[in-house]
Amino acid sequence: MKMIKIEDVHKSFQKLEVLKGISLEVNKGEVIAIIGPSGSGKSTLLRCLNRLETIDRGSIEIEGELLVSTGLDGKSQYVPEQDARRICRKMGMVFQSFNLFPHLTVLENVIEAPMIVKGVKREEIVPQAEALLKKVGLVDKRDSYPSRLSGGQKQRVAIARALAMAPDIMLFDEPTSALDPELTGEVLKAMRQLAEEHMTMLVVTHEMAFAREVANHVIFMDNGEIVEQGLPEDIFNRPTHPRTKAFLSNVMQS
Amino acid sequence: MEYILGILGPMLEGTVVTLEMFFVTIALSLPLGLLLSLARISRFKALRDIVGVYIWLFRGTPLMLQLLFVYFGLPLIPYIGIKLDDFPAAVFAFVLNYAAYFAEIFRAGIQSIDRGQYEGAKVLGMTYVQTMRRIVLPQVIKRVLPPVSNETITLVKDTSLIYVLAMNDLLRTTRAIVQRDFSTTPFIVAGVVYLLMTLVLTWGFQKLEKKYAVYDE
Ligand SMILES: Nc1ncnc2c1ncn2[C@@H]1O[C@H](COP(=O)(O)OP(=O)(O)OP(=O)(O)O)[C@@H](O)[C@H]1O
Ligand SMILES: [Mg+2]
Repeated sequence: MKMIKIEDVHKSFQKLEVLKGISLEVNKGEVIAIIGPSGSGKSTLLRCLNRLETIDRGSIEIEGELLVSTGLDGKSQYVPEQDARRICRKMGMVFQSFNLFPHLTVLENVIEAPMIVKGVKREEIVPQAEALLKKVGLVDKRDSYPSRLSGGQKQRVAIARALAMAPDIMLFDEPTSALDPELTGEVLKAMRQLAEEHMTMLVVTHEMAFAREVANHVIFMDNGEIVEQGLPEDIFNRPTHPRTKAFLSNVMQS
Repeated sequence: MEYILGILGPMLEGTVVTLEMFFVTIALSLPLGLLLSLARISRFKALRDIVGVYIWLFRGTPLMLQLLFVYFGLPLIPYIGIKLDDFPAAVFAFVLNYAAYFAEIFRAGIQSIDRGQYEGAKVLGMTYVQTMRRIVLPQVIKRVLPPVSNETITLVKDTSLIYVLAMNDLLRTTRAIVQRDFSTTPFIVAGVVYLLMTLVLTWGFQKLEKKYAVYDE
């Protein structure tokens, strides 16, 4: 069974077609890096997976369950809201801008969703949350408010918060792009650790070194299409498509 | 001094009427305002528009006119005309008016919350209702405290408008005593009582703002 299976996904914002028929399959435990120039549709692709955006056409299956497919009228048809929410809960997401809840402490940020979405008891989830915070190296910050944390700390809390829902898949949208260079390492380390535990991950990133070392599969997107994909060493060392070559030589210079 | 003690009895009775108006209005207009603000930003255009017109009407005309309309105007309407007693009539007008102001305050507050908060909640599996209750509204409260505090203090003073319905609130009681005794003292006493009421409110809101100051955004 595929963890994610998407077929011919199309998405437009008004006149602008941002995803032009994307198909992709993700196996359990795979770490997929999605790279590509700004505006190529990388974020939109991730956001379509968990319904932050709705697709116009195509199909998305998560762990064998259909989330959306193309109806007879040629337009996308989503499963009922409750099913969709349950299916999407299998995916956790980490944003570039953290999106922590500022009115809750670090610990409360982590336990909130398990308690109100899954109905887990507080006594039960607190030890789990503390274990997760320990894993990302932030137990001592459990009672701090997010505004008191550095960017790298915020992002690690965001990772712990997503993991507290026990997802099978983690989506990362440029998790280190808003960070000062000296803070990216701690976040990448937490992600690397997750990858070592065989979490299925989709990572949109500008960190080529991370993509090369941690990913087992690299996807290069440009202009709403998957232009080239394959093993990291192939994509980085022997890109075949001219647009991939141009993009890589560009980022390697900077 | 003895004179003040003498008039204090009836004036405190008037104060009770004023306080009743105040508390009933606040207790009803805050929740109504919240509901209206949610309707004002809902997905349904018709609902948004209806509430928009409502807010426009009640913020765009004098409260005094609304008060007179409910008490003296409604009974005159053929067939459906209803005659309300003075207290319910006053509460009705005040609640509708203040709910319109609170609705606008809450709407602005809700819309000032970053879209990322909704997205963060959604990817954790929260429903719209859970997101509003647990994530958005708690943050809105912090942001709307100052304008809500302003409106609330205005309400204390606006309650004096009910004297036109011949209700014996603090102001009307005061005026009656002044006309009886030809003395300015009752006005001063009334001013002090109003000041005390707004002082307590100001102090209360300061405490609330302090409570919400534990986190920054
Ligand atoms: N909500 C939206 N409304 C209109 N246009 C949008 C919206 N979101 C994205 N776009 C447009 O869709 C295109 C793809 O955007 P997307 O954010 O997916 O690109 P990206 O590959 O993630 O780029 P970046 O590397 O800059 O994050 C861009 O041209 C963007 O302007
Ligand atoms: Mg992006």
